[in-house]
Amino acid sequence: MDSFLARYKGLFVLLAVVLAQMIGLATQMRRPDYLSRADGHNVRIVRGWAAYTIVPIEKLLWRTGQTVRGTWHGYIDLRHVRQHDKDLQYQIDQLRLQAAGTAEDARQGQRLQHLLGFKQAYVGKTVAAQVIGTGGGDRSHILVLNKGSKDGIAPDMAVITPDGIVGKIRDVYPDSSQLLLMNDSSSGVGVILTNVRSRGVLRGTSSGAVQIGTLLPDDRIKPGETVVTSGGDRVFPRGLSVGTVRSVSLDPEHQPYTSILIQPAANLDRLEEVLVITDVAQQLTLAQTADSDADPSARKASEIVAERLPGLHTETVQDGMKPPPDPAKKDAAATTTVKATPTLHRDHYSPGTVPNAAEMKPGAKHNTDQATGAPN
Amino acid sequence: MPRHFTTRRELEQHHFYPAATIGAPLLALFLSAYLPKLFPVSTIVDWPLIVVVYFYIARRNPLSGTLTGTLTGLLQDTLSNGYIGVNGIAKSVIGYVGASIGLKLDVDNILTRTILNFAFSLLHSLILFVIGYVLLASHGPGMLWTHELIRAVVNCIVALPVFLLLDLARSDI
Repeated sequence: MDSFLARYKGLFVLLAVVLAQMIGLATQMRRPDYLSRADGHNVRIVRGWAAYTIVPIEKLLWRTGQTVRGTWHGYIDLRHVRQHDKDLQYQIDQLRLQAAGTAEDARQGQRLQHLLGFKQAYVGKTVAAQVIGTGGGDRSHILVLNKGSKDGIAPDMAVITPDGIVGKIRDVYPDSSQLLLMNDSSSGVGVILTNVRSRGVLRGTSSGAVQIGTLLPDDRIKPGETVVTSGGDRVFPRGLSVGTVRSVSLDPEHQPYTSILIQPAANLDRLEEVLVITDVAQQLTLAQTADSDADPSARKASEIVAERLPGLHTETVQDGMKPPPDPAKKDAAATTTVKATPTLHRDHYSPGTVPNAAEMKPGAKHNTDQATGAPN
Repeated sequence: MPRHFTTRRELEQHHFYPAATIGAPLLALFLSAYLPKLFPVSTIVDWPLIVVVYFYIARRNPLSGTLTGTLTGLLQDTLSNGYIGVNGIAKSVIGYVGASIGLKLDVDNILTRTILNFAFSLLHSLILFVIGYVLLASHGPGMLWTHELIRAVVNCIVALPVFLLLDLARSDI
């Protein structure tokens, strides 16, 4: 027996190790929230240890690279800088002029949206973060950022670039955080197709592609159509660019739904710096609303909109004269009970011809003819 | 001081400096996390797999191979957003198989190393797929064989110089 155990010692150890890990996997499958990918407390602690170990090394390498790059670009590689500076200054002057006009348009647009009652959320405050590492391997689409809870970052915050959305924050540590990219199979984004106005859920696939798989076939959905966030996931503000439709095909595994592949607007493979949305402000806060009410231009806009709305009655009021009272309006205000006109020839169906049911006795004969006077 | 061996197995088991035994897998884990930031295409290379395959076949000890593979796989899982234990199971199985096969082959031959890397890379992908499909019930689009074949070929190409470097870390040469 001892020789048998000694001979297959390695195999027994392998079986024990695999069994222990399978039990560990089964334990992790019991997530705190059903269908959620949030880790349990113990798993978070283990991942935290790994992050505390590897992030300082990644930060050191990143800082070294930044220093070398900065030294080269700032002190050594300075050819044609003066001419470049002059060109840029000219561009800045031109852009300032454009920005002044754009700002005025934006203010007017916000006022009009407020008047139309939109409750659109805007990006309130962002924190810029650098990508300093990855999750390792192509089966895990996460990135490590150099900003953490000390910088105001919290789980489930949206992460964007100027090109479009990137993903959301997963785990947060004091000095670093994990960014779950939108092409990971565990991520989901509420989106809307801008032309068709269809809403769907964007998900990553195991191959790293991004697709919408919750829509029924629609001939109007064409490649090249723009996709933006819908705001329905309560993570991403509405209207942020997501990407464009790359292809539309029937999903063979989930009939009758379609598989709409999306080309992300942001280059997910080449992310250097991202913006974490730490505060999503409603379009107009109370203070802004008060400012808007006090703004004469806003009142003017509301008057303009009111004038353009079609009315049911057009009343012309002459100076110093009241309009004549409308008899129909007066009657409608005075009487609330509708009375039927009396019948010319009463019958069984005329009101009052049949006695009240409470006064009737079982078996008794009721002569309605006398009451109505109708012939037999 | 010359080493004395009593069996052929002891003669063929290679020994390493402790720093190399611990440092090489950790360096491989770090490379797998950091290099994709600089070169996104490098996500296809499984650095921890390459390093632990080297140690499996060089040590030729199934017990040691299993435990080394388990620890490396578990550490790799902690860096990702997947379940902890997926890579642990895959690499512990490969560790055991690799060390068992290493006893019967001339693992210093370049051709043998290439074939073993290719086979273990494919086996690793297959085990990961089976774990995902059976244990985790993740019914995705199935195994992407072309992608996994490319991964195996790339791992082979990368593994050859890495193996030569790791040969220098042996304490018995």
